[in-house]
Amino acid sequence: MDAIMLQEKLVERLLCARGRTTRQKDKQYVGFATLPNQVHRKSVKKGFDFTLMVAGESGLGKSTLVNSLFLTDLYKDRKLLNAEERINQTVEITKHTVDIEEKGVKLKLTIVDTPGFGDAVNNNECWKPITDYIDQQFEQYFRDESGLNRKNILDNRVHCCLYFIPPFGHGLRPVDVEFMKALHEKVNIIPLVAKADCLTPNEIKKLKDRVRDEIERFGIKVYQFPECDSDEDEEFKQMDKELKECTPFAVIGSNTVVEARGQRVRGRLYPWGIVEVENQSHCDFVKLRNMLIRSHMHDLKDVTCDVHYENYRAHCIQEMTSKLAQDNRIDSPIPILPLPTPDAETERLIKMKDEELKRMQEMLEKMQQQMHEKDTC
Amino acid sequence: MSEIVPPEVRPKPAVPAKPQGSSGGGSTLLGYVGIDTIIEQMRKKTMKTGFDFNVMVVGQSGLGKSTLVNTLFKSQVSRRSSGWSRDEKIPRTVEIKSVSHVIEEGGVKMKLTVIDTPGFGDQINNENCWEPISKYINEQYEKFLKEEVNIARKKRIPDTRVHCCLYFISPTGHSLRQLDIEFMKHLGRAVNIIPVIAKADTLTPEEKTEFKQRVRKELEVCGAEFYPQKEFDEDMEDKSDNDKIRETMPFAVVGSDKEYQVNGKRVLGRKTAWGIVEVENPNHCEFSLLRDFLIRSHLQDLKEVTHNIHYETYRAKRLNDNGGLHPISSSSDTQESNL
Repeated sequence: MDAIMLQEKLVERLLCARGRTTRQKDKQYVGFATLPNQVHRKSVKKGFDFTLMVAGESGLGKSTLVNSLFLTDLYKDRKLLNAEERINQTVEITKHTVDIEEKGVKLKLTIVDTPGFGDAVNNNECWKPITDYIDQQFEQYFRDESGLNRKNILDNRVHCCLYFIPPFGHGLRPVDVEFMKALHEKVNIIPLVAKADCLTPNEIKKLKDRVRDEIERFGIKVYQFPECDSDEDEEFKQMDKELKECTPFAVIGSNTVVEARGQRVRGRLYPWGIVEVENQSHCDFVKLRNMLIRSHMHDLKDVTCDVHYENYRAHCIQEMTSKLAQDNRIDSPIPILPLPTPDAETERLIKMKDEELKRMQEMLEKMQQQMHEKDTC
Repeated sequence: MSEIVPPEVRPKPAVPAKPQGSSGGGSTLLGYVGIDTIIEQMRKKTMKTGFDFNVMVVGQSGLGKSTLVNTLFKSQVSRRSSGWSRDEKIPRTVEIKSVSHVIEEGGVKMKLTVIDTPGFGDQINNENCWEPISKYINEQYEKFLKEEVNIARKKRIPDTRVHCCLYFISPTGHSLRQLDIEFMKHLGRAVNIIPVIAKADTLTPEEKTEFKQRVRKELEVCGAEFYPQKEFDEDMEDKSDNDKIRETMPFAVVGSDKEYQVNGKRVLGRKTAWGIVEVENPNHCEFSLLRDFLIRSHLQDLKEVTHNIHYETYRAKRLNDNGGLHPISSSSDTQESNL
């Protein structure tokens, strides 16, 4: 709430400043420089939402990382299945939603988890449930957008997908490549190297180089950081460059707090040392968190809306128009998805309302005519 | 059919080493005869002939198999060091590649063969990826069998049978993967499987204990036996020793071929920003337990179990299936059924 009050004070001051100067200055200063503040105020009131998907084999520390990123425990009552129970398990999609508030800003965070991915002996097409889910969310949004009541559209589209690469291999495995290729045009993929505390610094560097090469070689389009504006200061540009060279981020997560160097930090306690999650020389967790939450959250949403969703929409419309052309029906000027056929009850209500509307329109016309006659008289 | 006793198998001494006053079944000796020197004679002979030991490593790529084998035998014996480059693509089907070296220690020569299985568990569809491995193991038994039933037998049959299979479990910290269970179920009856938890420096001590417990329970539930198998314990002493070992298996290991200075000593380890993982420190990982178990105490037992149990099972099955031994391949040596 203090942020809002601060903004209001700022606006007031700007407006007052206008009053203090002479009338002449009034002519030059319009005041729309306060627009960003107004937008800020409105969006803070409305709150933000963000949908994050985590994908990867089980046991790579996905839940732990999510807990570490958002400093909550989203998986309190999770029961891990043993291998026998998992034999016939297919890939599921589970959603956890949590409302986080910080300094007056509300965030509705949805984590979409994919248990069972890559765990079976035969993992052919194990990404299909995931692509289906993402398409479903797009379709839902498309319907809502084309519908009549657009005031409260719920945005369930997946804004970002964190893909966990196991650190035990020598780079990308076939299942990693296939998954990313199936999803890179539907969602922003951010590849991560999981459980990075089992690698020495040299090994991390080699693995990252290898993964970057293979991503380029296979033509996988992972999320690209936007170029920074040329008027940003040098320090920012330097940080941005470092960030880009650091991908894929090598991360470590932890649910436990340990004592290190006299402080209590999130970390993992080994007999040979303590790994601190937030220590930049131990892993890239801080970089990931800053990028995901503090600098690029909005950009991720924008790219989802502007690129992935638009691709889906264009593809969808193309399909529909080609189908309509095939059926030789009249093209509707606004391409909309065929609405579900209403049932009898709604039809009746619609008819009633239509008749009422007609009656009211007629009454209005009569009144207008009367008034017009009175005026002319 | 006469018993075949390959020269490497040492029979347990039938009488106690020192002459006893009143032993159970044997007659009392009136002086020192010198029967116990047979042990020394056997030892000399085996030192001259040397040992064969074949170990197979199975697991997904990148779990540290080659590094561990190199660390175990303190020499560059794995496939990686004999010219195979790390950047080779993952093969489409499971391949079997074996590399042999002769290493010597204290006058004892050992011909060590390391059999690698690249491609296991690396594909998207891993169904039946253990079949090439199973086929290979059976082929070795077949080779030995053929040599055995030959009329003009070699004095010392070259032993290419797999004595031990180190199976590498990925340290997820949750439980076994389905592929692991399938492999152990299918191959536990044909070869001695020793499961190890690879890259164990990713687990804290609590996670390690929990993971091991879960793994042991799962293996018990699905009926997959790993070495040392409970049913082959010969006497109480064996049983209690092996029980202790079974409680700590699967061993959580870390392998390394680099040395670092720790407390004034040079040790094998892995250096990270937060500390050095010492491979041979029992507080850090169980590599030394594995090494002692595999090499220093149970090496001979592994070979015996392979020969007396797994090989005999295979042989019995083959004989029963064919109702006698027919030449199964186009070998021109006359092979008659000598049952």
